[in-house]
Amino acid sequence: MPSFELNGRTYETDEDGYLANLSDWSQDVAGYLAKTEGVEMSEAHWEVVSFLREYYEEYKIAPMIRILTKAIGKKLGKEKGNTKYLYDLYPGGPAKQACKIAGLPKPTGCV
Amino acid sequence: MADHPVPIVTDDIKTPLVKTDTMAHLAPYPGTAKHMEPMGFPGERVENWQQKGIEKLGELLKKYRSLQVYLDICVKCGACTDKCHYYLGTQDAHNMPVQRAELMRSVYRRYFTPAGKMFPDLVRAVDFDEEVLQKWFTYFHQCSQCRRCSVFCPFGIDTAEITMAAREIMNAIGVGHKYSVEIIGKVHQLGNNLGIPKPALKGTLEFLEEEILDSTGHDVRLPLDQEGAEVLLVAPSADFFSEPHIQSLMGYAKVFHQAGISFTISSYASEAANFGMFIGSYEHQKKIAKRVVEQARALKVKRLVVGECGHAWRVAYAFWNTLNGPFDFLDPRYPAPQHICEFTHDLIQRGALTLDKSANDNLRVTFHDSCNVARATRMGPKAGGQFEIPRDLIRASCNHFFDMDEDTIREKTFCCGGGGGLLTDELMDLRVKGVVPRVTALKRVMEQDKVNFMALICAICKAQFTKVLPMYGIPMEMVGGVHQLVSNAIQLGAREGVV
Repeated sequence: MPSFELNGRTYETDEDGYLANLSDWSQDVAGYLAKTEGVEMSEAHWEVVSFLREYYEEYKIAPMIRILTKAIGKKLGKEKGNTKYLYDLYPGGPAKQACKIAGLPKPTGCV
Repeated sequence: MADHPVPIVTDDIKTPLVKTDTMAHLAPYPGTAKHMEPMGFPGERVENWQQKGIEKLGELLKKYRSLQVYLDICVKCGACTDKCHYYLGTQDAHNMPVQRAELMRSVYRRYFTPAGKMFPDLVRAVDFDEEVLQKWFTYFHQCSQCRRCSVFCPFGIDTAEITMAAREIMNAIGVGHKYSVEIIGKVHQLGNNLGIPKPALKGTLEFLEEEILDSTGHDVRLPLDQEGAEVLLVAPSADFFSEPHIQSLMGYAKVFHQAGISFTISSYASEAANFGMFIGSYEHQKKIAKRVVEQARALKVKRLVVGECGHAWRVAYAFWNTLNGPFDFLDPRYPAPQHICEFTHDLIQRGALTLDKSANDNLRVTFHDSCNVARATRMGPKAGGQFEIPRDLIRASCNHFFDMDEDTIREKTFCCGGGGGLLTDELMDLRVKGVVPRVTALKRVMEQDKVNFMALICAICKAQFTKVLPMYGIPMEMVGGVHQLVSNAIQLGAREGVV
């Protein structure tokens, strides 16, 4: 199984670098994953990550993009509650790139 | 995010020079025991894999007479060589349909024809060895089973069936593709490709009901597991997750609402897609499809309607009846199953819907025929209905419609580059190159006719295009479903529903 090392600890991932275990996630790990994706984390980035994690905690799946955009709009202002803003934050796509940094499994299917 | 080289798009689709092994590096992620074993496939490559693989080929030749015919009758005329989007985009000789199929034909000759058994070198018959298996794994995962080559084959050889057989043989010896087997596992376990559990699906549908209420003021419902509804709607699960897919889902709901026809989505059969077809597995295809029939009975619906999903419609239209039929418990006045486009089209014909075309006046629209719908199915009572009905819906919903070059639409349509179980990130290099013919035709109507929206009816095409078109400078918002246009144009509450 692929893995990476951070601060002396080994983290297992899937082939695309998504954490194998949800519970391995920490802010440091997220920072590391963001770096591998070329994403510089700002407060808005962390808002997305924490919403994704909360939602996953409850539903065991990442939220539909529109649920995410609405939640971000509520938190950061209506003008930011849209897909374009999320893609500005996460150019690799909110579903895939943001999920990866949030430590969620990679969404599968026709997405 | 890895950067992928983006080919230069010229003003016409040209046949490129052949190169050797330009795509030999790009094999998909192999399936591991975790995903393979629950499917009934070996968790890793079996020890006597050569023997087992040849046995499996022999079994398939007996089971599918068509496979044997396709392996026997090719005369290498070359009509298919420049018809594959992956060849046009990659120049790799193995992505010429005839050369791809040759990977299996040469093995077939070696073990199943007298000349190949005795004089393999004379008839270019080869052993099923490590090198051949690697080529199979690589290039049978560079075919999207779109069947464009078959349209041009004078013998009607269906290369997709050869690809399906190759994948079936590889799964039987423990050499599977992670993407497809993982997804099929999720369908069996949770009901859909994405793995959306029921509470999440319920929450999502309620969220969308609120969205529609907020934007239209109408209480349009998206019911889940509602027994006694008239229609069971089976949509691809991407319709519950992605943009622009959900826009079409909201469109379907508005059509049902306005027509006054009750419908329900099932949490147990919350997936139209059937990846069993992509891996050539009759058993998995049957098992996945069975969920739908079981739910139709359990929820006591009278009709089955399938959402915007290309290969799902092929499985539903062509195979559901033989896999799990007959559908004699459904209302015989309607096709079983029925495509959502057929359903909406019928309502428009009967005057049950009012559409305000001016709602889409900001859009100049073209239509991308999705391969499985175009070349493997039909809609409505007339031949070619699968081409005309979606176009009729677009024309009924907007004022500006323009078709792309005739060699790239209808039965000659080009694949989006991500079909057939290849919509996975590790194959992005292939997906980016495979979209070249479609981008070429699209760019032309964008320039000539100022087209700014490409409508389509397939979840895979939507996901593929929104991902790769931006790499060609085309915004992802340009892609959406036919029912997204219907959704914009439909006048809610304009008249009483007609059942």
